[in-house]
Amino acid sequence: MNNAADIIMIFLVLTNLMLLGLSRLGACIRFVALQGVALGFLPLILNHWDMEVHLVIFSIVIISLKGIVFPWMLNRTLRELASQREVEPFIGYGISIIAGTITLVMCMWLSSRLPFPEPLMSPLIVPVAFFTIMSGLFLIISRKKALTQVLGYLVLENGIYAFGVALVGKQPMLVELGILLDIFVAVFVMGIAIFHINREFDHIDTDQLSRLRS
Amino acid sequence: MILALLLIPVIAAVLSLIVRNDILRRIILIVTAISHTAITITAWSVEPSVLWNGWLMLDKPGLLFLTITSVLFLACSFYAFGYLAGEAKSKKQVFEEETFFTNAPEAIFCACVEGFLATMTLVTVSQHFGLLWVAMEATTLASAPLIYFHRHHRSLEATWKYLLICSVGIALALLGNFFMVIAATKPASEGTAIVLNALIGQGHNLNIQWLKAAFLFFLVGYGTKMGLAPLHTWLPDAHSEAPSVISALLSGALLNCAFLGILRCYQVCSAAGEAQFCQGLLVLFGLISIGWAAIFILGQADYKRMLAYSSVEHVGILALGVGIGAGATFGAMLHAVNHSIAKAMLFMTAGNIIAVYKTKTTKDVRGILSVAPITGVLWIAGFLAISGIPPFGIFVSEFTIAKAMIEQGRIGIAVAFLAILAVVFVGMSAAFLNMAQGPKNNDLQAKDRPAVAFTILPPIALGAIALMLGLYIPPVVNDLLHSVASVIGGY
Repeated sequence: MNNAADIIMIFLVLTNLMLLGLSRLGACIRFVALQGVALGFLPLILNHWDMEVHLVIFSIVIISLKGIVFPWMLNRTLRELASQREVEPFIGYGISIIAGTITLVMCMWLSSRLPFPEPLMSPLIVPVAFFTIMSGLFLIISRKKALTQVLGYLVLENGIYAFGVALVGKQPMLVELGILLDIFVAVFVMGIAIFHINREFDHIDTDQLSRLRS
Repeated sequence: MILALLLIPVIAAVLSLIVRNDILRRIILIVTAISHTAITITAWSVEPSVLWNGWLMLDKPGLLFLTITSVLFLACSFYAFGYLAGEAKSKKQVFEEETFFTNAPEAIFCACVEGFLATMTLVTVSQHFGLLWVAMEATTLASAPLIYFHRHHRSLEATWKYLLICSVGIALALLGNFFMVIAATKPASEGTAIVLNALIGQGHNLNIQWLKAAFLFFLVGYGTKMGLAPLHTWLPDAHSEAPSVISALLSGALLNCAFLGILRCYQVCSAAGEAQFCQGLLVLFGLISIGWAAIFILGQADYKRMLAYSSVEHVGILALGVGIGAGATFGAMLHAVNHSIAKAMLFMTAGNIIAVYKTKTTKDVRGILSVAPITGVLWIAGFLAISGIPPFGIFVSEFTIAKAMIEQGRIGIAVAFLAILAVVFVGMSAAFLNMAQGPKNNDLQAKDRPAVAFTILPPIALGAIALMLGLYIPPVVNDLLHSVASVIGGY
């Protein structure tokens, strides 16, 4: 079963690199959604397809939120934006991918040095989770559009979630659902804010949100 | 009792969305605030029962921060009553630019402000770190629409920065939560649940490396929300663009709640014997914040931004106080109370000044004392209170912190601390005194706003409390502050 977890991890690495290199916003949304669906299966895989009610519900909630609801909300926002569907990076796609690869190596090195209390299900999980977190932060910093920043936030969150599922195991359901609810509302509120930014400024480039200084 | 504290604001928020009448909605807001404060005060004498296996419990630090939040909310609800009545429904001009805007619907304002109270209450009563995280992120989401109450692009920019920076920061704190779970996991056994008391009980069995990493992430994550420099970048924008009453709540209540999150993790670290590591970091971040704020206060052209940077300075002092430890811990707790009250009073007064002068630019405001005498006196009193001039409370708390530094022989830090405070004092006095004095501008009339008593009385009441805490700290408050200080490793 470890193979399945490894495949998901490799899939995460590839989608992260894709996100760093993609120029179409619509495609970015689809890849973040795919990441979410893959992660939704992670708790089931790590527990050897043990169909506990708690786990199944959790997986279904994750997949429907990250795979269906978020992409739908973001796509709806994207449709409002009519003509602006490019990512518009501050840092070019090629350099982004190279930076991503270097980060991946560093994450591998870092996690080989961390002491873990229990042997891990898959040696790839920790480096990949850290890499996903770093990719998310990189997307937030290096892209102009407010929508890409939300995507970056979702990728960051995916990384943290992967880390949590792999290492922390079962947390009380209430906390897990609370965290998901918060993220859902966060994306919802950010979506509304983007809608207003678009209406107010006729664009969603955050580098022009710079009137408030010192 | 805890459930009542949480549910009353939630029910009020739902009612606010349903009710169509503006006046009724404002009354609901005030009733919510009064009942919340009443229950909080009862909690001082009757200890509320523990709920959900100890997940929800009002311990001493929680009680202190809950009381600050509740009292400020009470003052703010009265102020909001007057503020909302005075806000025109029609289009208005943005002060700095030639564009026009309208306000968000009042129902959204009331519902969000009540939801904000509920989430902050949840922060203070959460003993489970996961629940604490959920509550902390919820405070961001509930308050974001409040910053965007004046619907123009400046406030929108501030809201976006607030949402994104705080959400990312708090996401990092979630990673800190996971690190803490790992720290509590022992090989081949069930880990301890990350409930505060359980972790403190397990103190010496925790994995130190992971715990240190957890504290780091908590400090960065919740520190972003608390406004510790250099993570404070959202704070001046949000505080200057939000309606003044919201700025008062953000500065006085929210920053403290975020600080409570850091303190909770600090408690666990002290139990594991790692207090020194955390204190070093807190002192570092504290000094950076105070220094950074001082630089931006000097020559600040916008008086609400100046107040915001002053908040960065004061959260720095809070971190510094806990970082120094011993007697300074008591000082820091007293400072949290004093700062909240003085800063809320100043933001409310700033709101009244804006209502008269229609500008946030410091140099365009002259002669408040002659145009609006009460507001002028409050502005001067607030300035004296916030810069730690005796007999106001902040003098006592800053003095306690400085004294503890000298007692520990950390003269370098003490000198730097006092020097920066002096710089801040000079920077703020130039702005505040110029605004208060000067010739009366004849085009301006202190127009009697419809509910002027509501916007004047709350800052007067807060000013009176700030003054009282400098002269006499009631024994009950003193005992609570000391017991909070002893819980977090000082006295």
